Amino acid sequence: MSEKMFICSDEAVALGAKLARPQVIAAYPITPQTIVVERLSDYVEDGSLKATYLHVESEHSAITASLGAASVGARTFTATSSQGLLYMTEGLYYASGARFPIVMMDANRSLALPWNIYGDQRDSLSQLASGWIQLYAEDAQEALDLTIQAYKVAEDPEVMLPVMVCLDGFVLTHTYEVVEIPEQDKVDAFIPYQNYANKMDLDNPTSNCITAGPDYNLEFHYQQHIATLKAGEKLIAADKEYGELFGRTYGGLVETYRTDDADAVIVTLGSVAGTTRCVVDALRAEGKKVGLLRIRCMRPFPEKEIIAALQHVKAVGVLEKDIDHGCEGVVFTNVNSALMRGTTKPATFNFIAGLGGRSILKGDIAQCFDKLLRQAAGEPQSPTVEFVKLGC
Amino acid sequence: MGLNAQNITNEELFYGHKACGGCGAALSIRLVMKVLGKRTFAIVPPNCMSTVAFIYPSMTFGCSGAITPFAGTAAFEAGVEAGAKELGLTDYTVVGFAGDGGTADIGLQSLSGAIDRGDRIMYICYDNEAYMNTGVQTSGLTPYGAKTTTSPAGDRLPGNTKAKKNVFEIVAAHDIPYAATASLGYPEDLLNKVAKAKAVNGPSYIHIFAPCPTGWGCASELTVDLAKKAVDTGLWYLAEYENHEYTLNRNPKEFGDVKEYLKKQNRFAHLKDEDIAEICRIRDAKWAQMRTHWNA
Repeated sequence: MSEKMFICSDEAVALGAKLARPQVIAAYPITPQTIVVERLSDYVEDGSLKATYLHVESEHSAITASLGAASVGARTFTATSSQGLLYMTEGLYYASGARFPIVMMDANRSLALPWNIYGDQRDSLSQLASGWIQLYAEDAQEALDLTIQAYKVAEDPEVMLPVMVCLDGFVLTHTYEVVEIPEQDKVDAFIPYQNYANKMDLDNPTSNCITAGPDYNLEFHYQQHIATLKAGEKLIAADKEYGELFGRTYGGLVETYRTDDADAVIVTLGSVAGTTRCVVDALRAEGKKVGLLRIRCMRPFPEKEIIAALQHVKAVGVLEKDIDHGCEGVVFTNVNSALMRGTTKPATFNFIAGLGGRSILKGDIAQCFDKLLRQAAGEPQSPTVEFVKLGC
Repeated sequence: MGLNAQNITNEELFYGHKACGGCGAALSIRLVMKVLGKRTFAIVPPNCMSTVAFIYPSMTFGCSGAITPFAGTAAFEAGVEAGAKELGLTDYTVVGFAGDGGTADIGLQSLSGAIDRGDRIMYICYDNEAYMNTGVQTSGLTPYGAKTTTSPAGDRLPGNTKAKKNVFEIVAAHDIPYAATASLGYPEDLLNKVAKAKAVNGPSYIHIFAPCPTGWGCASELTVDLAKKAVDTGLWYLAEYENHEYTLNRNPKEFGDVKEYLKKQNRFAHLKDEDIAEICRIRDAKWAQMRTHWNA
């Protein structure tokens, strides 16, 4: 029987990681990720998790030690946030290029400067090109479930790529919810240890993390691109299989909510989707045709799903905790690019909000919908990137 | 009986690479691998050796190996060791081959962390006294007076203006189970130190003086000769740290001719007599410290 616990999302990730039974954990503490590594340290100490916990001296060493562990075929887990993720950057590209199925939790937190420990998504979104599968949880339950599913996708022989599970700093990492904890034996059956091919072997020596010159480089990246796309199919399959085993599914790469007949849809990721869902319900009660599309997977990017769900919508707004200064939010860049390939293209708008942990309230989201609905009603709106609640 | 030219294996575990003629780094790896054998994981950061040895689809190590991020040789090794242990592997060595810059500069943090944790890894620093892979730039282990592309010699500067960083002692300050210095000029000493390090149940470190003819501007057949002369002139030393104590393995009564050692290398060709006097002053201060505080 699965049990229910009242825990925060950091604890949910730690429990998910424990259930996945990583053999090596290498991590360095950073707010708001710390509870994850504290709990995992406890599990190793009390013997409930048989693993080696490496107390490394930096995030650079956390990801590099993870590379080392994965290079001999050990299941590996690490976790970080913000500046720590940036300090890992070099190793992130190594992990994906070497095709090592490392799983990492990122507690989404703002990036300095200005210095700020609160939640936005500029850290992980800055690493979209690092070659990691990138998943975003909406709540503690999904954070736990995604941590387990991450191994299923990462270690698939047709994928063999690292996976980053992202959850909003503080809003998720430090808030408590009732979470259902899956049974260990069922998790073991869902993600049995893999004896994967590209590893260092004592009996059959191989060169790893190699150099590839102009003659081979393009082909390595092509293969990696194909594997990353493949990971999308694998995540959908994993979500389905997980649903059959544990009774919870999330809808694959995106989750749509009341989008079928919508005139205006907000696209977002992470915990703000919950607030947006409430606003959608309230506006629907007023007869306004609005909906929500939550992106669960930023890499591979769910282009087909987004086109299918949104190409007939009149106005689409991307609400994100990110800004690519001098351009626009990077989620918007991705969504807008996908919608350019549909048969019809909605009018698209970008809302920047929640930077440095500023709250995104229902009223803020209602204002975004108001702009979209005006556009949908034939009143053209400014396409300029909008900073929500600027100056308050 | 110790390892020597007669009883060391003829098996080669590092060949077919694209290193320059007379490369001290490649010779270091070749000799170390003869002691370590095939059941080894060879971890190499971006340096000349990873550049010449990991070019897809060729394979030059006779064992499994990987290129690690530059700053993370020891951290990568620590991960390999942790993974191998958890997977139940036995009878193997995890070794890292980093250069002087990869050790004394960018790699020092992860080296310190791994030694501090007591990870069972071997770390080899092949010291050719500059960043050779990028075109001979000065590193923390470039000696006083050496001309590099970033420590040019001219009217104002005599080339590099500071002595070599004391990496061997920085490593020893962690109270590491075993650390040693070695030189390609004394290969038997090197081989036996590697054998000793291999048996250590914890971190071990060997700092090999390994000339680079390309970067030093010397004839390629002089590698071993210069490595020997560096020790004989007192500009390098052979020592060990174990059981919490330092020991000098060679304590020459008289030093060889420094000027003769320097003049065979273009990187020192500009030196004036006062620069050479400064090199000797740095050397004498070092030896006074070692002779006073270390077992001789």
